[in-house]
Amino acid sequence: MSAGVAANGEQPIISVRNLHKWYSGVHALKGVSLDFKRNEAVGLVGDNGAGKSTLISILAGLHPKDEGEIFVEGRPAEINKPRDAMNLGIETIYQYNSMVPNMSIARNMFIGREPMKAAFMGVGLLDEARMRAESVAAIANVDLHLRSPDALVGELSGGQRQGVAIARAMHFKSKVMILDEPTNHLSVKETTKVIGFVKSLKEQNVTGIFISHNMHHVFACCDRVVAMALGKVVLDKPISETSIEEVHDVL
Amino acid sequence: MRRLIKISLQKPELAAALLLLCLIIFFQVMSQGVFLSLANMRGVFGLMPEMALVAIGVTLLMICGEFDLSVGSVFALSPMAMAVLMTMGWGFWPAMLTGLLVCAAIGFINGWLTIKFAIPSFITTLGMLFMARSLTIVISGGFPPRLKADEIPMWLFVEFVGPGNLFRASFLWFVGIAVLVALLLSKTNFGNWVRATGGFLPAANAMGIPSSKVKIACFMICSVLAGLAGTIQVLRLGSPLPSIGEGLELAAVAAAVIGGTSLLGGIGSITGGIIGAILIRVIDNGMVLSQVNSNWFKFAIGALTILAVVGNSWLRKRGRAMKVETV
Repeated sequence: MSAGVAANGEQPIISVRNLHKWYSGVHALKGVSLDFKRNEAVGLVGDNGAGKSTLISILAGLHPKDEGEIFVEGRPAEINKPRDAMNLGIETIYQYNSMVPNMSIARNMFIGREPMKAAFMGVGLLDEARMRAESVAAIANVDLHLRSPDALVGELSGGQRQGVAIARAMHFKSKVMILDEPTNHLSVKETTKVIGFVKSLKEQNVTGIFISHNMHHVFACCDRVVAMALGKVVLDKPISETSIEEVHDVL
Repeated sequence: MRRLIKISLQKPELAAALLLLCLIIFFQVMSQGVFLSLANMRGVFGLMPEMALVAIGVTLLMICGEFDLSVGSVFALSPMAMAVLMTMGWGFWPAMLTGLLVCAAIGFINGWLTIKFAIPSFITTLGMLFMARSLTIVISGGFPPRLKADEIPMWLFVEFVGPGNLFRASFLWFVGIAVLVALLLSKTNFGNWVRATGGFLPAANAMGIPSSKVKIACFMICSVLAGLAGTIQVLRLGSPLPSIGEGLELAAVAAAVIGGTSLLGGIGSITGGIIGAILIRVIDNGMVLSQVNSNWFKFAIGALTILAVVGNSWLRKRGRAMKVETV
């Protein structure tokens, strides 16, 4: 298959071709090929073990792929570690929180990407004032209102944590945001907020990949739905051309 | 104000600091004023840096989520290596630095084995405890070599300095290193990574922190500090005994835990570890002055460890439950 250019001639932001992954003998991903268009919100659904988590952990750099190719904005990309993905503009918000509970919001916002006043051989003095100011701004930008950037993440509710994770991803100017089961364990009100957020990604020129078990959540905020089963893509349609029933049937 | 109380109640070293204050007052009364006298303080400050340096390293490593049981053996191995090299004609500085390099290597091996084979550091360093102790005895050849005091700049390590000769030079080393490590942990990106690695490893990895390197670095810092502490003790004693530092690994863990460091990683502070180490010294010294049978010393340390942890979790719970404005 040719890499990169979709039928209508527009270049996808991410393309994967013939992606394979084995986990200690289990063939978790069996030749997946997918295109993610710019500014599109894609819902990725499938049962446990369908391969959706494997796919996104490859894109996020958590696990290396065994076979296949990844193209980001048309160029071949090597994603071997989380930093590689981040440098390509791919931010991931994980199902388990990608936050350290006993650290403050400001510290969590900048884990691994701390602004520094001075540094020597990669170790340096944190610019704490800037960390505080920028986290307050970033959090306000996702319409979340927290009293202090010094509060511990462990003291926040599930939804607030998700909000901080989203604020972090937005702050680092991501092009693609992967949300791994972001609505799990959230209250109804918080879920509505996350869904609204996924909808709004388009306006901010961000491609969203939204992984969920809940078909209603996917249909509420995505442009396209991709269903996976047993390590393969079994359905890939615009939301307008399919229904929850059809997706359920192929799973 | 309530906010301030809430924050300080959740500080992990608070319980230990309060206990320390109570004990100082208690021993001052029990010893009829001898405890805080200049002569006694000289003794306390003279010995304290040795254990406190070990506690600093162990605390840092525990915050990173790992454990080092080999510090007591490393404490003996480093000065022994130095002394043996000096009897072979090496100068003091190259011999001492080589001793510390040996420690760095041991720290590296501890960390590398733990991460490479994904085994608990409890096991790796337990093995290292025996191996390093055995090496110490082997290289000493059974007879501890004499240190040639005239070749060693004693003034730089163990001689008394300061007003009223209150401190040994080792105290200044301790203060300098304590400030440095505390700053490293609280004010640098490395410190941020240490806390994240120990606090919640999956998140640290997902955010692209090189957590394996961070852990190995902490193992190495811990070992080097233990070696330095052992060297200081040997310079004070004048001869490298192969048996020094036995049991120190557990005392250092006790110090860290008394100071509020969590066994699970992520929580703790260098200040806490130091307060813990001071507490142990104060009890040791205070009991002698109060003419308590010194066989009760270990009992007291044990009771204190449990008391401090229980006290800490109670204070923290109270702190968390305290109602302030909503977050």
